[in-house]
Parts: sequence; C-alpha cells; structure tokens
Amino acid sequence: MEHDCSLASGGTGCISERQNSIITTGKNKSRIHCADDSLAGAVSQRACVFCGARVVLNPITDAIHLVHGPIGCATYTWDIRGSLSSDSEMYRHSFSTDLKEKDVVFGGEPKLAACIDEVISKYHPPAVFVYSTCVVGMIGDDIIAVCKDASERHGIDIIPVESSGFLSGNKIVGYRAAAEALMKLIRPKPGEVIEKTRKLNFLGEYNLGGEKWLIERYLNEIGIEVNVAFTGDSTVAALKRAPGSCLNIVQCTGSMHWVATNLEKEYGIPYLDVNFFGAENTADSLRRIAAFYGDPEIIRRAESLIEREMNRITPIIARYRKKLTGKRTAIYVGGAFKAVALIRQMKDLGMEVVVTGTQTGKQEEYDTISGLLSEGAIVVDDANPAEIERFLLDLKVDVMAGGVKERVLAYKLGIGFVDHNHERKECLAGFDGAVTFAREVYITTCSPVWKHLKASIGGEEL
Amino acid sequence: MLECMPEGEVVHTVGKINPTKTCQPIGAMYAALGIHRCLPHSHGSQGCCAYHRMHLTRHFRDPVLASTSSFTEGASVFGGAANLKTAIKNVFEIYKPDIIAVHTTCLSETIGDDLPTIIKQSEVPEGKVVIHANTPSYQGSHITGFSNMVKAMVTYLAERDEEALRRKRVNIIPGFVNPSDMREIKRITASLGVDMTMFPDTTNVLDSPLTAKYDMYPEGGATVEQIRDSGNSRLTLALGAWSSNAAGAALMEKCGVPCVPLKVPIGLKATDDLIMTMREKFDAVVPEDLTLERGQVVDTLIDTHFHYQGKKVAIFGDPDIVIPLTEFVLTMGMIPKYVITGTPGKAFEEEVGAMIEAAGIEDYIVKAEGDLFELHLWIKEESVDLLLGTTYGKYIARAEDIPLVRVGFPILDRAVHPLMPITGYRGCLRLIEMISNALLERRDRDCLDEDYELVL
Repeated sequence: MEHDCSLASGGTGCISERQNSIITTGKNKSRIHCADDSLAGAVSQRACVFCGARVVLNPITDAIHLVHGPIGCATYTWDIRGSLSSDSEMYRHSFSTDLKEKDVVFGGEPKLAACIDEVISKYHPPAVFVYSTCVVGMIGDDIIAVCKDASERHGIDIIPVESSGFLSGNKIVGYRAAAEALMKLIRPKPGEVIEKTRKLNFLGEYNLGGEKWLIERYLNEIGIEVNVAFTGDSTVAALKRAPGSCLNIVQCTGSMHWVATNLEKEYGIPYLDVNFFGAENTADSLRRIAAFYGDPEIIRRAESLIEREMNRITPIIARYRKKLTGKRTAIYVGGAFKAVALIRQMKDLGMEVVVTGTQTGKQEEYDTISGLLSEGAIVVDDANPAEIERFLLDLKVDVMAGGVKERVLAYKLGIGFVDHNHERKECLAGFDGAVTFAREVYITTCSPVWKHLKASIGGEEL
Repeated sequence: MLECMPEGEVVHTVGKINPTKTCQPIGAMYAALGIHRCLPHSHGSQGCCAYHRMHLTRHFRDPVLASTSSFTEGASVFGGAANLKTAIKNVFEIYKPDIIAVHTTCLSETIGDDLPTIIKQSEVPEGKVVIHANTPSYQGSHITGFSNMVKAMVTYLAERDEEALRRKRVNIIPGFVNPSDMREIKRITASLGVDMTMFPDTTNVLDSPLTAKYDMYPEGGATVEQIRDSGNSRLTLALGAWSSNAAGAALMEKCGVPCVPLKVPIGLKATDDLIMTMREKFDAVVPEDLTLERGQVVDTLIDTHFHYQGKKVAIFGDPDIVIPLTEFVLTMGMIPKYVITGTPGKAFEEEVGAMIEAAGIEDYIVKAEGDLFELHLWIKEESVDLLLGTTYGKYIARAEDIPLVRVGFPILDRAVHPLMPITGYRGCLRLIEMISNALLERRDRDCLDEDYELVL
C-alpha cells in the first residue's frame, strides 16, 4: 500500500512501517497497532506529555499554573482552551520561570523557588501547580523538593506535575501526570474529615463553551447536585471536597479513567462512564445516573426532562438531517471517546462516516470504533497530514471533524470542517449541544462559498 | 473578570507573567518555510513541533508542515543522533523535500547533540541538502531563532563565483514579517526595476489560495539555487537588525556582498529609506506610481492628523516591528508612552529611547525583555489611549477598556491580517486607517448623544 499513494501535487505520506496503524473495516483480520511511538521524521499530529498534563489541569480556575522551563512551553499553552470560569480568571494568565542558559547550566531550582515566592506574595493563590518541561527533566531539577519546601514555607499546596515532554510522545502519559497531581491535591490532610454527600463528581469535563454548566442544569433539574467537575470551572477548594461525593461520572475516559479507579480505591466512590455528546447519549447517560441514585422521583424527573428535550430538538435535528443525509464525513480527534461519540452523532445526522482516526486510542477502543462503522471505512492511529489528505480525497469526504491542524488542511482541500477539539468555543454537549453540532456541521458542509471554488477568472477551470 | 492585577505595591523581578515573546525554534521553523520545497525539522520532543505548527497555523490560517525527531526517554539519555539520522532518511524517502532545515530545541541543546557531525553522517540523497541552526530555547526569543536559521541559509548555501560574474541584483532579507509584507517589499523593488532575491520568502507558502488541491510544498519560497547564488549579488539589504543582520553580515563575510542594514519598511521614513537606498545603489528610477503612493500617505496623514495627534500609545511585540512602528507613530504625532519587547537586548532600549527623545518626549518607558504583566502595571499607574501590538494585548485592552490595534506576531483572534501589508506606503495607509478608526470607534461609542457626529 505504500506505493500507491503518491499525491497529484508531489507530496506523499505513507510510511511502510505504518501500514499496521491503518485498517479497513471488514477487510483486515489483524488488529490495529496503536501503542507504537511516532516514527522519527514523521509529520505527526501528536504532541507531548507536557501538553497532556496542561490541558487537564489548566481549567482549575483559581490556581496558579507555573511552567518551569524556557518561555515557549508557557507561551504556547497560554489560554488556548475554551474552558470557561464562573469566577476566578487566574488560570488564563501565563506564568513561566523563563529559564535562561545560566539556569540550565547551574540548575533552575533557585529561580523556581524565587518565582513561587513571588507569585504567592502577589496573588495569594490557594494552590500552585508547577509543571516540569523537557529541559528541567534533563538537568535534573528536583521540583518535588522545591515544591515541598515552598509548600511548607507558604502553607499552601504547591504541587509538582512531572510532565517533561520527552517522557513520551503520547499525551496519555501527560494525562496521567496530571491525574497524579490531582490525587495529591485532593487527598485530605491527616485528621481532616470530608463529609459524605449525595452529590456527584463530574470527571473528564472541561466546561468548553459552558458544557459543564449545561449538564449541571440538567442534573439539578432532576434533583442531583454536582460537587465538582474535573476540571472544568473547578476551584482548588471544590476539588478538595471531591472525596465527599457518592458517585463519579466519567466523560473523557482517556484523561480520567485512572482518577476514577483511584477515587474508588481510596474513597470507595463508584463510577459510571457517561457521554453527553449527542441527544441519544445524553438521554442514556441521564437515565443511568438516575438509576444509580435509584430514587423514583429522580427517575421520573429524568424521564420527563428527556421527553421534553427530545420533543424540542427532534424536529430541529430532522431539518438538518434532510440537508445532510448521504454526506460523507471523516473524524480525526485526540481520543477514542470523542471519536465514538462523533460517529454516533454523524450517523444521527444521516451521514456516512468513512474515516475515523485518533492520536491516542487504545486497542479495545479501536475495536469499538470498527464495530460502529460500515464495511470499507478506514480506521487509523496517529495519522500524518499526507495520510489524512489521501483519505479525504480518495473517499470523497464532504466534512471533517478534528482539531486546529486538520482545519486548515481540510479547507485547502475544499472540505468542510467542524471543531471538536479542546479549543472549541461552542457548547456541543447535551440536547442543546446536539443542535449546535448539527448546525455547525450544516454551516460548514453547505457553505455557499464552496460553489465559488470551481469558478475561474483565467479561462481555465480550476 | 479578566483583571488579575494584585492589590498594593507589586514587585516583579523574576520569571515572566504574560510573556510577549516565545522560544527560538518557532522562528527557525517560520524562516525555513520560506525556502522552496523545504521541510522544517524539529530536533527534540514531539510537543515542540506540534506547538510551533499549531501556533503558526493559528496566525496564518494555513497548513504548516514540519517533521520531528520524536525524542523519547531513550534518545534523551543516549543522545539524539540515531533519531535525527533516521528522521533525515525517512523524510527524504517519504516527504521528498529538496531541503531539510533542522533546528534544535532546549532538549537537544542540553543533551549536547553535535548537529554538524550527525548531518555529515546522515544519508542525504544526491542533489538534496540538509542545513541546521542551533536554536536553544533558553536564549533570546523566537526572533533569535529566526535570525539563526536565516544565517544558516547563508553559511550552508550561499556561494560566490568569479567577481566578474557578480550580478546587478539585490538580496533582500525581509525579517520576521507576514507574507503580505514580503509581497509588498517585492512589489516595491520590482517597480524600481531592481533584480532581487528574497530569502526567506513565505509568499505563496503561508498565504496560498484555496484550490481544492493541497500542495505539501506550495509554489513559493526562495529556491536553494537562489540562496546559493545570493553570494553573487551586488548588495544585501538586511531589513530589521534583530532578525536579518546576522545573515547579512555572514553573507558579507563569506561572499563579500556588502550589506546595508535597514529597518523593516513600516512607516513613511523607513519606506523612504528602503527606496532611496535602492535608488542610490542601483541607479534606479523611482516610478510615478511610488511617488503617487507616497503623496497619498502624506495627504492622508494631514487629512486625519487631528484624530490621533497627541494620543498616548503603548507598543509591544517584536523589536523589528516595534522599532519602525514607534518611528511611524512619532511621524503621526502620537506619544509612544510605553514601548516593550519580550526579546532581550539593551540596543532596543537605546534605539527606541533615542527616537523618542529626538521627538522631544521625555515621559516614556522603553524596555527590552519585558512582559505584559509589567506593561499592565505601568498602564494602571498612568493609562494610554491606544494599544498597538499582538493578540496577547487583549486582556489589558479589556481590563482597562483601551482599544487594541493588532499588529505583529502572533495575531490569533482576527483573520485576513497576514494578507494585508503594514509595510511600504500602502502599509502606512492601512496603519493610519486602523489606528484612526480604532480611536474614532471609541469616540462614537463613548460620547454623549449631543456630541455624536455624522461627520468626523
């Protein structure tokens, strides 16, 4: 397969070692290879450990997020998520130790300690997260010790996040580093008792476009209170109350499954996997949460909410489905959780999913994905732009869902695009989100601009 | 509330809060994209490459491709030589560029990878080239990285033939500017009838049209051959000391091409200087069209001067943009109250300070290696009428209710800007329009009904 993929424009993109990372549903007997590291020299869409840790923790609104390293790591992650806050905006400011050559030579620990002291004296935050970066891991700064000292000095939580980029090219390792930092933060101090409540924690919810707020409204309506979300619109104090919940619902499993199992182990809190992307998924998740509580009133209220919302949105979605039926779509996102949700939603809109890929999917997740797709659909792990391009063109895709790097590529190929990345600004969760999603897909797939693509002013058809 | 200014007296002496610079490698990547059929290669962890591509894509809204050595823990312990060799082999086999431009990262620099040796030991196909620049993230800024990569183009590629073969041609090193600005500088040069080589040149690379075909290597960029032949040009114009002088000096040293350092042609005076230099060095005739354009700028300045004269402005961004911008703001009669760059270097403070003093203004602050937290502190102390700089100024703009005119890199929240020049006389008109409109919009928004005027 590596020889038949030359592009008309001269760029090619198939690496023979990668053929096991691409499967065609119904054809391949073998399973996908997805635990491989990206190849040296690949134009990978993947990032690093630091990136993974940063996206998970940054939405904690009132903490100071201090990046220990040269300036770039702080600049590129400054306020790039669409996570909204109902109160503090501290997390939207960028703090860096801005390491210089002499720090790299003589060690960055004194500068880190000084920076921690300075930001604390200025802002009196309830906690500071200190992220290690590549160079810090390399020169061996003991950030654990610096944080521990500073924590004793200032009497607040100063939590090291071990996120040196080179530890792995897979963001999942960074999710884990963040998860460990979270567990450290919420562990009660000796003698401290956290009161048990009937509230739930909402794990893997980042409040993009206010999604946490929307789901919280649904839950409140049926009689359930949210203790805290991990980590959308969360505060340090609220996170510390997490052990007092009676249930964890887990949305983005890639980043939060480990936290859920540990909360179960340490605090005996059971968890439920939920999914609020798409109307059917939302209804299903609400029913399962209500069933967990087992209270007939909660169950009744959930059913009536679902009925009301379904009645409201079904005709709207149907209107979009009419326009979109038969269109072909490709999905390329970070995690498999999102991919699965998107496949369902695209199918709900009458569309055919012809390509699905993720950066960090696991074996069994890819099995689930393959099970959802029709024969001939492509499943790919860690695709490079040239592969994505080939699939989009060969499979005559009309619209793609992905992240920032795929957006411009899709557009250049004359293909619509929906942002389902962690930087999106629209609320795509819940019943309202299902409508917004349908509208977003419609707007980009059926933009009047596409008509002008073929026109030429030079006499020649483009 | 986006305002996070602490109460009471504030001391800020260590680290950066809300930086107005980023790290070297992204500048090197941007420069490398200005070579035709070049694949930039990031020798470090995957995240660096992903971040740089994403950041550039957000600014230019065009695909940015680059490969990475994908360092893992093993590479970090044993050195990245094997990764780079494999990467070079893979990249030439799979992506088939004419040239790979490798830049380092803080990780590979700290490990101490010896790039010249690794490259020598790599399999490079006949007719293909690998160049490299050292771009440690813990020194300088993205501008330093840009400068280092442009210099590497010269040291690796530029050659000089017989003196007799020296061509009546100018090399233009445009600095870290948008493709629209490179296009405008080329248009001006062409209209003067002067033969030119521009490198790096990101026109038709990062401002490419939508054709429903995707070219991994778009049409634009200086070819390896053109950069090689730059050693035979008669003159180099290095636009922007911070991003272009090092390459200009290297070309002088290596190939004996004299170099005239100039500002990036933002504003009336810097544009005049560019044109006059070419007129003088190449006996060029300035065409009517350019004279007309200049006349329109002066006409517009006079037509609108009362809208902005005497207004106080804070300017922040990269030195090669901020310096001529400050000059133009002074031409406009505005008061550059605070001028900062994130890039380190006292020369910035001296040059900008001298300009402002020469205009008879005494009450101002200029700072290199500053950050936006500090700028915000100053503004709290004494406010300004206008902010002129990158997207990152929008927090201050909102907290202090000051209009922000977006200029420089990066602009992440507005489109079209990479297609519209701020250089040359047309760029002057655009700056005047943006600045005066921002102030007038504010006036219309804030004034009482009885002061709300149809004609302004």
